[in-house]
Order: sequence, then structure tokens, then C-alpha cells
Amino acid sequence: MKKFDKERVLLAVAGPVLALAVAFVLTAIVLLASGKNPVEPFSIMFEQASFSDIQVRIINQASLYYIAALAVAIGFRMNLFNIGVDGQYLLGAMITAIVGAHMDLPAVLQIPLLMLTAILTGAFWAGIVGVLKVTRGVSEVVASIMLNAIATSVIGYLWLPNVFGVKVGNNNTTGEMAESGWVTGFDLGKAGEIYGLVVLAALLGIGYWIVIHRTRFGFDLRASGASETAAAASGVDPGRMVLTAMLISGGVAGLAGLPILLGDTHTYSLNFPTGIGFLGIGIALLGRNSPVGIAFAALLWAWLDKASPELDFHDYDKEIAVIMQGLIVLSVVVSYEAVREWGLRRQQRRVGAELAAGHVLGADGSDNNVKKEVAGR
Amino acid sequence: MAVNGQVTAVELAGITKRFPGVVANHDIHLTVRKGTVHALVGENGAGKSTLMKILYGMQKPDEGTIAVDGEQVSFSSPADAIVRGIGMVHQHFMLADNLTVLENVVLGSEKLHGIGAKARRKIKEISDRYGFGVRPDVLVEELGVAERQRVEILKVLFRGARTLILDEPTAVLVPQEVDALFANLRELKAQGLSVIFISHKLGEVLSVADEITVIRRGTTVGTAVPAETTPRQLAELMVGSELPTPETAESTVTDRPVLTVEDLRLETAGGKALLDDISFTIHAGEVLGLAGVEGNGQTELVDALIGLKHADSGTITLAGDVITAWPTRKRREQGVGYIPEDRHRHGLLLESPLWENRILGHVTERPNAKGVWLDPKAAQEDTRRIVEEYDVRTPGIDVTAASLSGGNQQKLIVGREMSHKPRFLIAAHPTRGVDVGAQAQIWDQIREARREGLAVLLISADLDELIGLSDTLRVIYNGRLVADADPATITPEELGSAMTGAATGHLEHEETPETPGKAPESPEDEAR
Repeated sequence: MKKFDKERVLLAVAGPVLALAVAFVLTAIVLLASGKNPVEPFSIMFEQASFSDIQVRIINQASLYYIAALAVAIGFRMNLFNIGVDGQYLLGAMITAIVGAHMDLPAVLQIPLLMLTAILTGAFWAGIVGVLKVTRGVSEVVASIMLNAIATSVIGYLWLPNVFGVKVGNNNTTGEMAESGWVTGFDLGKAGEIYGLVVLAALLGIGYWIVIHRTRFGFDLRASGASETAAAASGVDPGRMVLTAMLISGGVAGLAGLPILLGDTHTYSLNFPTGIGFLGIGIALLGRNSPVGIAFAALLWAWLDKASPELDFHDYDKEIAVIMQGLIVLSVVVSYEAVREWGLRRQQRRVGAELAAGHVLGADGSDNNVKKEVAGR
Repeated sequence: MAVNGQVTAVELAGITKRFPGVVANHDIHLTVRKGTVHALVGENGAGKSTLMKILYGMQKPDEGTIAVDGEQVSFSSPADAIVRGIGMVHQHFMLADNLTVLENVVLGSEKLHGIGAKARRKIKEISDRYGFGVRPDVLVEELGVAERQRVEILKVLFRGARTLILDEPTAVLVPQEVDALFANLRELKAQGLSVIFISHKLGEVLSVADEITVIRRGTTVGTAVPAETTPRQLAELMVGSELPTPETAESTVTDRPVLTVEDLRLETAGGKALLDDISFTIHAGEVLGLAGVEGNGQTELVDALIGLKHADSGTITLAGDVITAWPTRKRREQGVGYIPEDRHRHGLLLESPLWENRILGHVTERPNAKGVWLDPKAAQEDTRRIVEEYDVRTPGIDVTAASLSGGNQQKLIVGREMSHKPRFLIAAHPTRGVDVGAQAQIWDQIREARREGLAVLLISADLDELIGLSDTLRVIYNGRLVADADPATITPEELGSAMTGAATGHLEHEETPETPGKAPESPEDEAR
């Protein structure tokens, strides 16, 4: 049934393409409405993407986005909205920076130790959410938003000079990490350096695909997302599933800051990027929770980020990129739902057609899509 | 085309509806006379729903004409249809539980009679005229199934319908309620209204309809007058071939207990008993039928047996192992098969391909998995086998479960459960919403497995099915097993009265002359 496979690919691509097209058009309308050229900003940003130093920055930024979005996607796969990826990411990065500054083992031990620290910190922070949901029925959305705020406060506390903080001028840092914990990047000369842990992002993507599609656990996870009731009847323990998914999601979220931490900043300071976890939500949505889709989405997001500053030099506002990101998320939500329904109905019809062509009894295939009709007035 | 000089209410002539590549309806002719009940029967997927959607304005026919009261009409929405006096009562009720009957009725048609005293008067008037006994100010959540159905009918009448389409109205009712519904329908037709009655249950169709139209493979294959037709003839007309005769099987009951339930009790959070004092044993090769009006604890009992709810006291033993504390997965691995009552909620992942649905519920077992790894190839291979062996009609195993008709979805579930050689099978309404052909197959498969020593708990609202398939019958009422009966002698009516709590203990069949041909399409053979 290759035909239905092709169909699935078509459907998978139709959603994002539609969303992007709509977002581009809407952004152009915003530009027009503000009396500007609706096309030129795009051409400027596209041109930016051709410069190798910008490309390096896009890839580096995308690696953070990618890991954060994977963390979100793990939750999404079972209808669990881990909106706390940001807190898990920040706290994971900070604790890792602290451990890195106070431990100095050989690199072969130091780097795994730092990764483990990041994973455990993120998993612990997300685990609180999981435990609250399973034992007390607290919505994971509420709990994880609250924990984001708490994480910010915890970070503020840890930055105090008498705790783990080191003041560098006006900046709060956690002190310089031991060099054995630095990960050297791929030096591209003038263009800059690609973080070594971009490889980690790629490996996580592959691992994610394998776990989701090739393991029993992944099947249970997907089943829970597709139908909680059917999953429970199939033998999935819903509580345990929620907790496990939260732990994994948090663990991955904890890793999201490592490419830049171990590859560039080597300390957790006020300049450390924030909001990565929130952006990860939009990226996971756009990428349809698929590792390949998320990679494209992360690159797109990073491109908008890194190409937009140039706009300021051409009398445009770089906030156009932010508007565009917002519009993409908005149109993604609408277009995916539309494409999903359309695809489902289309397949039902096609199955009907195939059955009819095969001269099989009972061939209109429409029995199942009548449930949503409304009663007449 | 006024039949017998009477006026025609609705006439469909030459209706053809094509979907890309499929002809869902082809040259359909249907004439409904005023003041009659006209039954429309046909297998699932035969095109009944498409036809009714056309009549109700949800879809436009490609060819053919619709005439209402002799006047040609064209509907582009259900609103157009209702203006012309055509109303539909859906199989799945569309009522808001937290609103009163009055609010539900006026919802969406506030303009007709307002939402206050005038509407209440109108509802009263309709209710009295047709003997519905509807109470306008009761919350819908407090109503039983039969009452809800009357509210649905009233809703349609309130909007001025003169022709009612009832989609499988008896699927959720017990015999006594069905009788009451039929009395309502007779009242409606006495007042000159027409009813289009869609059903699988041929016995009922024959008892209530004035005329019958049979639809098969998208076209009308014949009409019948109930007085001159047997259910068997009707069924054959529907399926288009001779029905398989249910063979008379020897009793296969052994004395080896497979499932033993002792003093099972299940409570709500508040301590109210949902199930109490439930004890029974099912032996290898035995089908235990559980009769009862829906909502009397069947769902809870199934949940307790599959492990979705854990018993507050009592024990469940599966072939010597006490499984009371086992989680669902372990129960399934150890040979508890499960055909759920609501296959969409508990049996399938509708938007996943068939082969993933084949894995569902058995993800830890071969051929679906090797260790912690899934084995998609083997699962796909085995899905192909199930599709073939269980006659699941599908173009392939990569299509979503949602694209299959209800009967084929059910065959897939039955095939999946049987493939893991269960020792004990929970079969909750295994043939609900399934067409005659698939029904016979599913019955055969249950019998076949029983012969090989399977113990089955059968729950069904179809009393003929229950009596026909079971070796032992129990009645559940208010969370307790109140009566037992011998399926060889009991009649659906006697069982029905025990289901309402009117009779308890061992039900003895009172010697009244048998009513032959009551429902011969049922598996009336069986055990002993």
C-alpha cells in the first residue's frame, strides 16, 4: 500500500507548507499596513542566510532549539504539555555550570558527569510536576509554569556571592568551568566555530526516533497520546506513563543549554539565553513532533533570529521576525488541524473507493465520520 | 406515486451519489407514505447513512429527485430539511447532560417558541399528544436512556417535523423499552406523521414497520410487506446470499474452572457500592451470559476484570492464580482477552494504521515485540494474516482504523484478541453496530474458541444473542447478580423482566406456547 504512504508524506508536508505560506503572507500584510515594502525584508533575510558566519550562528542556535523542542515533543506525544521546559533548561544549565566549576576530573569523566548532572537536574525539576500530577491530579501546565518561576528564584539565590555566585563586573556568573569540561567545536576559520555538542543534538534526535517508533515504551507513549482510554485498556499504567514521560522530557530539557555552555560561555551568567524552552514549544508544534520536522523548524527559527538584526541597518524593524514567528505558530495550529481532518476524511473516501473497486460488500466507508454532525435546528 | 390511494410523505427517486471513485448510492427509490412506519434495512456500509444524509440535507445527490408532500425539493442543509418537516434522531444522542429537558429542546431553535412559558407549553402539548411523559424541568443527566430518546424525538417534533428519521433507535433499549418506543411510534403515525426507521434488528422491523425497503451495496434491492415476510427472507435479501445456518453445537462446558470471582465489591469514592457480592465461576468451554439494563454495573465489572479498576474487596482467580492485584498488562499477557464495549474508546487507536492497532493491548507479546524492541515487520505480517483470516475488508494494513466500517473494526479486534490464544475472554457487546454478515462471523469465532476450551464472559444488550450463545445466564441489577436462568428454556421477555429487577432467583420458564419465528436470525441453537 505504497499509495497510502505517499499520502502520509503529502499530508505531513502539507500542514507546515500551508502554515508557512500563510505566515509569510500575513507578515507581508503587516509590512504593507505599516507602509513598508512587503518583500524586501525577506530578501534581506534570505541573503543573510548565504553568509557563512551567519550560517554557523544559525546552526549553533538551532542546536539549543532542537534539544528543547525534542523535550517538548516527548510530552506532546502523549498529550502532556510540559510548558516547564524553560525552567528545566535554565536550572539544568546552571547546576551543570556550578558542578563544572567545582569539579575537575579528566575530560572523559568530566563531560559525562556534566551531562548526567544536566539530565538529573532537568528530570528532577520535571519529576516534581509528574509526581504532583499523578498523586494529586495537579495539571502539569499549572505546576510547570509555577516551577518556571521558582526556578528563576532558585537561580537568583544560587548566584549570590556567598552561595555559588562569582561577580564579574556587573555580571552574575557561576565562575569559570574547569577546562576539562569544555567541548571543542568544529573550527571553520573565519566563519566561526560550530559547537561540538551539535552532535549531541543530532544523536538525541536519532535516539528520540528510535525510542518512539521502535520500542515498546514508545508505542505505549504514542498510544497514551492517541487515546488515553484505549491505552489504559491496553495495559498502560497511566500514572507511571505520565511520570516517565515527564522525567525523560525534563532530562532532555536539562541538556538543552549544554551546547552553548560547554562550547562557548563556560559559565552560567546573566547573558545566558533565556526563553529557549518556550520557543521549543512553537518549534515542536511546527515540526509536528517528528525529529526531522523539528530540525527544519529549529533551523527556520534560528534563521529568523540570526538574520533579522540585519534589518535594522536597512530601515526595517528586526521585530518583523518575531511577528513572523508568532504568526507561524498561530497558522500552524489552525492548518494542522484542518489538514488532519481533511486527510482523515480523504482517506476514508479512498478506502471506500478501493473497496468498491475490489467489489467488496459495504463500500461507502462513510460510517465513521458521521459522529460529528450536528442535529438540525 | 401514491400507494393504495394514500398520500406520499416523502419520495426519493433515482437517487445516485458518487464520491470520487465510489458510488455510495445508485438509483435508489424510496416511497414513504403518510402515517406509516417505513423501515430501511441493510448491512453497515450498504449506503443507508448516505441516503439519510441526503434526505436530511447534509449531502446533495448527484442525480435523482426528492419530493416532500408531492413537491420537489432541494436541500442544502439540515435547516432546509427541517423547514420541510424532516427531522432526524441520531443514534448517538445529542443532548447536553447539564441542561434541563426544556433547555435542550429549545437549544438552537429559540426563535420558534421562545425559551420560557410558551416553549414549556408547547413541549407539554407534544408530550401529552404522543404519550411521551416528558418532564420539561428535569436535568437530562437524571434521565434514563429511553427517556433521553423520547427527548430527542420531542426535540425534532418541536421543530415541526412531520417525517422522522430514527437511526437504530432500539440499539440501546431493553425489550420493555422497545415496546414503549413502538407504542410511541404507533401514536405518531396515528396522528399522520411518518417515520423512517433504520435498523439491523429484523424481528423488530417486522413488528413495527408497515413497509420495508431493503438496501444492499448502495441500491434498493426490494421492498417487503412485514405480514408476508420472515426475518430470514429479509436477512437474505439484505446480505444477498443464503445465511449460514447456525449449527447446533454440543455443550463444551468442562468442570475446569478458568475464572472464579468471589464476593467482589467495588465502591465509588464516596463508599457507595457499584458492585456488591458478585460471585461466579466460568469453566473452560463455557460462555457465561450477563444480562442487564445498561448502567447496572456491567461496565464496572468489566473494568474490575481487566484491571482498570481494582476491587475494594473480594478475589478474582484466573486458572489458579489470584489476579486481583495484577495490573492490566499482566492480566492481558496471562491470557485475558478483551473485546471492549466501546471499541472507539477502549479498543482502537482510530488515527493509527491497522497494524499498530494490531499491536495495541499486546505490545509486550510476540509477534509484536522482541524484548523491549518492537517488531513492526512481524506485526505487519501478522496483521495481514488477521485481515485475511477474519475477513477484515480493507485495501491495506496502512490505512487508519477510522477508515474502516464498524463491523470491520470489530473483526480486527476479535482477530487480534483471538490471535493471542486467550484463556478467558471478556466480550462486551461483541456485535453491537455490526452488520449481519460480520455478526455471524463473530459468533462463529466465539463458538470456535469455546470449543477449544475458552471461557467467555458475554455481555450483550441483544437478548437473542445472549440466549443463543450462552451456556449459563446471569442477570445483573443494581450492581448485584440477582437471577440466573437456563438459556435453553428462557425467553427474552422473561429475561427482560428480571433485568428490571422484577424477578430474582432462578428464573423458570413458564410454559406458554413458544412464539416461533420471534427472531430466527439470532443464534438460536446452542448448548444442550
